[in-house]
Amino acid sequence: MSRIGVFICHCGRNIAEPVDIPAVMEATRAIPGVVYVDENQFTCSLPGQDSVRRAIVEQRLDRVVIGACSPRMHEETFRKALASAGLNPYLLEIANIREHCAWVHGNDRPAATAKAIELVRMAVAKAARNQALFPKEIGVTKRALVIGGGIAGIQAALDIADAGHEVVLVEREPSIGGRMAQLDKTFPTLDCSACILTPKMVEASQHPLITLRTCAQVEAVRGFVGNFEVDIKQGARKVDQEKCTSCGICWQKCPEKVPSEFEMGQGKRSAIYIPFAQAVPAIPVIDTEHCRYIRYLKFNEDKEEGKAPPQCRICEKLCPPQAIDWEEEDSLITEKFGALVVATGYKPFDPTVYEEFGYGHYPDVITGLELERLMSASGPTDGQVLRPSDGTPPKTVVFVSCIGSRDETKGHSYCSQTCCMYMAKHAILLQEHDPEVQSYIFYIDIRATGKGYEEFSRRAQEEAGAQYLRGRIAKVYPKDGKLVVQGEDSLIGRPVEITADLVVLAAAMEPNTGAAEMAQRLSISYDSDHFFVQAHPKLRPVETQTDGVFLAGSCIFPSDIPQSVAQGSAAASKAAALLNRDHLVTNPMTALVDPLKCTGCLQCVAVCPFNAVETQLSREQRTLAVINEGTCKGCGLCVSACRPGAIDLRGTTNQQLLAEVMALW
Amino acid sequence: MVASPVNSSTDSDLRIVGFLCNWCSYAGADMAGTSRESYPANIRLIRVPCSGRVDPMLIVKCFEMGADGVLVAGCHPGDCHYGEGNFHTRRRLALLRPFLDFLGIEQERLRLEWVSATEGKLFSRVVADFEQELKKLAPRGVAA
Repeated sequence: MSRIGVFICHCGRNIAEPVDIPAVMEATRAIPGVVYVDENQFTCSLPGQDSVRRAIVEQRLDRVVIGACSPRMHEETFRKALASAGLNPYLLEIANIREHCAWVHGNDRPAATAKAIELVRMAVAKAARNQALFPKEIGVTKRALVIGGGIAGIQAALDIADAGHEVVLVEREPSIGGRMAQLDKTFPTLDCSACILTPKMVEASQHPLITLRTCAQVEAVRGFVGNFEVDIKQGARKVDQEKCTSCGICWQKCPEKVPSEFEMGQGKRSAIYIPFAQAVPAIPVIDTEHCRYIRYLKFNEDKEEGKAPPQCRICEKLCPPQAIDWEEEDSLITEKFGALVVATGYKPFDPTVYEEFGYGHYPDVITGLELERLMSASGPTDGQVLRPSDGTPPKTVVFVSCIGSRDETKGHSYCSQTCCMYMAKHAILLQEHDPEVQSYIFYIDIRATGKGYEEFSRRAQEEAGAQYLRGRIAKVYPKDGKLVVQGEDSLIGRPVEITADLVVLAAAMEPNTGAAEMAQRLSISYDSDHFFVQAHPKLRPVETQTDGVFLAGSCIFPSDIPQSVAQGSAAASKAAALLNRDHLVTNPMTALVDPLKCTGCLQCVAVCPFNAVETQLSREQRTLAVINEGTCKGCGLCVSACRPGAIDLRGTTNQQLLAEVMALW
Repeated sequence: MVASPVNSSTDSDLRIVGFLCNWCSYAGADMAGTSRESYPANIRLIRVPCSGRVDPMLIVKCFEMGADGVLVAGCHPGDCHYGEGNFHTRRRLALLRPFLDFLGIEQERLRLEWVSATEGKLFSRVVADFEQELKKLAPRGVAA
């Protein structure tokens, strides 16, 4: 008979109030195998852990059950406590009587108490069948992969590299820089965005420990913490990076012009291009969709009907170092990493769903990011704010907040955090560009919670003379070359109508294209809006539930620049701490085959997602399944697929699960 | 041996066993707790690494013991921590259902749900809804 000690935690009043703890303790004492029952105010506290340790030694306990919060919270804490008392840490079971009981049945004390007693009984039944497990040590690949080259990713890459580890920074666009590169000025200091970003971009590209991979995407991720194996698809630039001198002749002379993604479609770029003047690397890329010669080649290959596109090849003829390489194709690179940092960022919400505001129909209804490009000195209008429709400077500008934010019917329920501030910034900057500009800002609430933000928002009202109108707008329609904005000022309870030259929609920030697929590749969770889920929203804000995968920036939630930088550094410090270690311990909760029962049907091989089941010949030349403990992740798929019942899962054995079920009756 | 449906149990005696995958649904149930989304107290939750770990025979065992309902919950399809575990669960339980008929257990007593780590509210709704459905069925007795 085992000697099980049970410790019931009050968790202050969290458990003690909805659950009758003395009753739980009394019922627990009656369970066969339980030799010791104790209670603590906070079992996770140092005195609480000490009481567990003391009891293990004094009562010669060989199993410990703790009735407290979720094992996802403190399983590790208590395992360490067991280990320090000389008991194998896997001889612990936790009865989740807080999240699964006290907190959800708080209004029914008898039911909560009865449930807590049963949860403890189940945990005791399982614990009696726990066995000592021994983790193995594995090495760590001392390299990090950063996915996404925006400001968060750049910061993470720099910090990991400065900590002395090799970093590969993967970016799917032709240049690093991300959204921040598109911004004109930043709030609340009105720093020029490019001026503070480009030094960091250059630093990342020149750091001896950082390898930049632009036009590249992560295709597949295998392995586990410390030992990831990642397939990276390196897109073809069709320009030899070694030869190219970034002279610029190719993109100036290319005759094919298409809307520029970087300029939010407001300016043109050529088919061979760098996305913006300060691009890093400044190596042009050939857009295979639009390049005339590539279209010509494709036309011939597909034997299409009609007139063939011209065999242009102007860039090739004019390139002084002969860097154009038509033969270059996409390639797949497989590399090993110990840690991954995901900083895939955001994209702006598409406001066309608000048909009544006319975005997409009326050229003078634009988004905040489009206005950034119009304001930028390197933008399509060289920094002059001009109406897209007729190129005249606007005098009356209406801003509308919460486009796609805080609106569950057409957009997202969350607040995008940055819009209030960038609307204030736009109002101030517009006034600087042209003192005659009058801005009107329709808002729901002004959320200015960062350092210097409230003062900045005041400045927009007091110095730039922006008129803040509390309320939503109903409709935008054109009249005599202008736009009439109908809305409501809910503070005075009256409808308002403003005739504007330009309407700027503060579009929400949403996770970048492909966020859900990326999460699936990385085996991390994402929420209903497709933001990545943190391991703990407060205490582990840049970690994920998958060890070795860290998060930074707006892929977690809309973040402004200071937040993204802070998260980039935080993720980097977590990654560096992991890479500093020489060894990691493996999860010992792996599957195990009983060779006497195995019939060699190999159903387990078919279901194992990790190819962790290998085969072996027995002495009698029978085929047997054998689990590779290094690659087994302990999902248990093979256990329920095993027909003769030869496989079991350490830590969640058939006997343990059965004991838990049987403890209910 | 299947328990005979003796009409001795009342609603509050309903016994529901829930098998929750560690990565999504168990965390979802934790989230229900953190956000105080209350649900019927007659469900008992068992943590498994993956919904695919749940052996169909264990579900049958629960019914044999007299369980009124068995809930199996895992990550949404495509979001499995192990890649494809929940697809196996889905197929396996689809095969188990007709077998329940054969045992004289209504198929509605077995539920498969997808609950993510952030869906605390959904979890409590799932349990409440399942309990309501089970109340409509004749109560099951407790095994001798």
